[in-house]
Amino acid sequence: MNNVSRRQALAALAGGAAIMATTAACGFKSANATASSADGDVSYWTQVDPTNTVQQAAISAFNKTSKGQVTLSTIASAGYLGKVQTAMGSSAMPGLFFNWGGGSLSPYIKAGKLVELDPSLKSHFLASPLQAGIVDGKFVGVPCRGTQPVFLYYNKALFAQAGVKPPTTYSDLTSLVTVFKKRGITPFTIAGSGTSSWTELMWVEYLVDRVGGPGVFSSIAGGDWSTWKDASVLQAAQMIAELISSGAFGSNFGSVNYGAGGTSTLLADGRAAMQLMGSWDYATLAQISPSFVKNDLGYVPFPSVEGGKGDAGNVSGNPTNYISMTTAAAGTTAADFLKTVYRDDYVLGLVKDGEVPVTTNTKSLLSQSTDPAYSSFLYDLVAGAPAFTQSWDQALGSTLATPMLTEIQKLFNGQDSPQQFVSNVLAIQG
Amino acid sequence: MVSLTSARTVRAAAPSRPPLKTGRPGAGWAIPGLVFFGVFALLPMAGVVYLSLTSWDGITAPQFIGWHNWSRFLGDHQIVQSTIVTAILLLGNIAVQAPISILLGVWAAGKQRNRAVLTAIFFLPLLLSTAATSVMWRQLLDPNFGLPSKMSWLFFGDQNMLGTQAGSIVCLIAVTSWQFVPFHSLLYQGAARNVPETLYQAAALDGAGRARQFFSITLPLLRNTIVTSTTFMVVGGLTAFDVVLLLTNGGPGTDTSTLPFTMYQTAFVTYDYGYAAAVATFLLLLATGASLLLVRLTGYTKMTSTQEGL
Repeated sequence: MNNVSRRQALAALAGGAAIMATTAACGFKSANATASSADGDVSYWTQVDPTNTVQQAAISAFNKTSKGQVTLSTIASAGYLGKVQTAMGSSAMPGLFFNWGGGSLSPYIKAGKLVELDPSLKSHFLASPLQAGIVDGKFVGVPCRGTQPVFLYYNKALFAQAGVKPPTTYSDLTSLVTVFKKRGITPFTIAGSGTSSWTELMWVEYLVDRVGGPGVFSSIAGGDWSTWKDASVLQAAQMIAELISSGAFGSNFGSVNYGAGGTSTLLADGRAAMQLMGSWDYATLAQISPSFVKNDLGYVPFPSVEGGKGDAGNVSGNPTNYISMTTAAAGTTAADFLKTVYRDDYVLGLVKDGEVPVTTNTKSLLSQSTDPAYSSFLYDLVAGAPAFTQSWDQALGSTLATPMLTEIQKLFNGQDSPQQFVSNVLAIQG
Repeated sequence: MVSLTSARTVRAAAPSRPPLKTGRPGAGWAIPGLVFFGVFALLPMAGVVYLSLTSWDGITAPQFIGWHNWSRFLGDHQIVQSTIVTAILLLGNIAVQAPISILLGVWAAGKQRNRAVLTAIFFLPLLLSTAATSVMWRQLLDPNFGLPSKMSWLFFGDQNMLGTQAGSIVCLIAVTSWQFVPFHSLLYQGAARNVPETLYQAAALDGAGRARQFFSITLPLLRNTIVTSTTFMVVGGLTAFDVVLLLTNGGPGTDTSTLPFTMYQTAFVTYDYGYAAAVATFLLLLATGASLLLVRLTGYTKMTSTQEGL
């Protein structure tokens, strides 16, 4: 090698070393991602949704009197969970973040990223929605949003035409399937396309609860995966297989999407009689057809199952959403801010947005909602529920929930028999 | 920097007028490219191979676990299914796209004005983002509000296109072809325009018809382009992921879960980066192997022109 090319090689080496040094520096920075002082600034991550303005108002009010400032970052919902997961291992970790509680927080707790919260906060909230904020025995999530139970939406006009009433028992439900099928209307609209298997999960959640009681899933979520062998799981899967073969969901739900231009439009258009869905569908329906929501929208709790162990008052869904604090937060600022999420002005802001928060002062503010009848239905449903089972995918965390959702989709598509469903789900954690 | 090419020759010739040099450039020129390749290709690849030997959730530090991911990989029936689905999609795409794009490309090579206009319109799908078109197609394939509800004669049965394995695979191939046939046609159009007009004139004198001219002149002269285009399809097919994610999400069940999709889901949905790295390493080997094999089989390395002797 001659002089010049040696010089080139040295330059290249130096360049490489510079890159290595930069990378190493980044590595060190991420290792020290903790707050500098307790009353410093705090970053707060949330997902983009209609209540962002209420959150921002609460933050602005807080910042006026606080030394440490809270800044809100809104992140598109599709990539929200992935972004939080990635940030958790890095220097970009937020101080406070919006989440769904339950098993989704478990890895962060194990990695020592979350801060245990002041137990005195609990007294401001309803008891059952608090549960999903307590993970692995640690209180790490404060409720910050409305409750989102799942129940049956129905089209009153179609029920009037057929001269029938919404179901209160499972045998009502199956006879309604026959009634609406005869009239050429899909009894229950459901979204079975690739990304929508969570809508199918709702049926499994309720049937297992009604047949076997809430203890079955709480045992699974508590770490005993073998509880899937419980007879109620197989029975629920068989009920679903029967519903599908009886045409309760129509024949092409495997290509149907959730929401506007999908299941919600089918319900509002009168092409489907009922939909099992979370409380957020009200806003979707109101966007599709305000007149439908005003005149023809009905809602009832999921019916009881004859001979089942589960109380007909039990509810399933998202108890609410939570804020959690990480080790990157300036402790005093963040703890002070968490005391604002049950104040009257914040709760009222949510109520006016159509939400039903789970604070103890919510009931008195519900009359100021845009649809007090609907808000009271939600509140009574949740406040009176003997057990509120968190959506299984949120309670388990995505490592276990993703393969479970795949098996549920296979059950609905007829790719898994009820027996295969049980054995395949059992094999997820073998 | 004069001497970057080859200092020795320059120095030897220094006393008199420098001679006109036609030798190869010196190794120095390769350094920027090699550094770039090393930092942005080899280093990450080595990283992936290392990660495949660890257990990592992205939050805490990776734990070295040896061959555990690989022994799990070898016994994983999901990987077998994914490999088969990937192969079906790959072959299906080639079988559909290659004939259409050759015919279209040769047709578009004509100088007629209407062809230029139609070609321009036809190339539009290529300019759109795959993400946007996948979302659009998912809506278009909706059985209640999309094309199937308006054109039931075309979508047989109960229009459950994305709810069955065969339907999903047909949809994936159709949407991918719809988007990428224009690209491959563009390659063939360029190549077909390079075929000397004199060959067709000579063939016409000998009484060869259109079909005969196509099979005996155009197709053989497009050989190198066919290799290039097929290589693109193979490598693209092995890494195709966005259409799957947005159109079927690997469903129904895991029926269209291709290797790249399985890798994505393992890494970014279930946060098992170690195992995902093992899948990625397998994909890397598969893609490298496939393109090497393709180049070997077709004799592409000989670099012979299709126009020798003209």
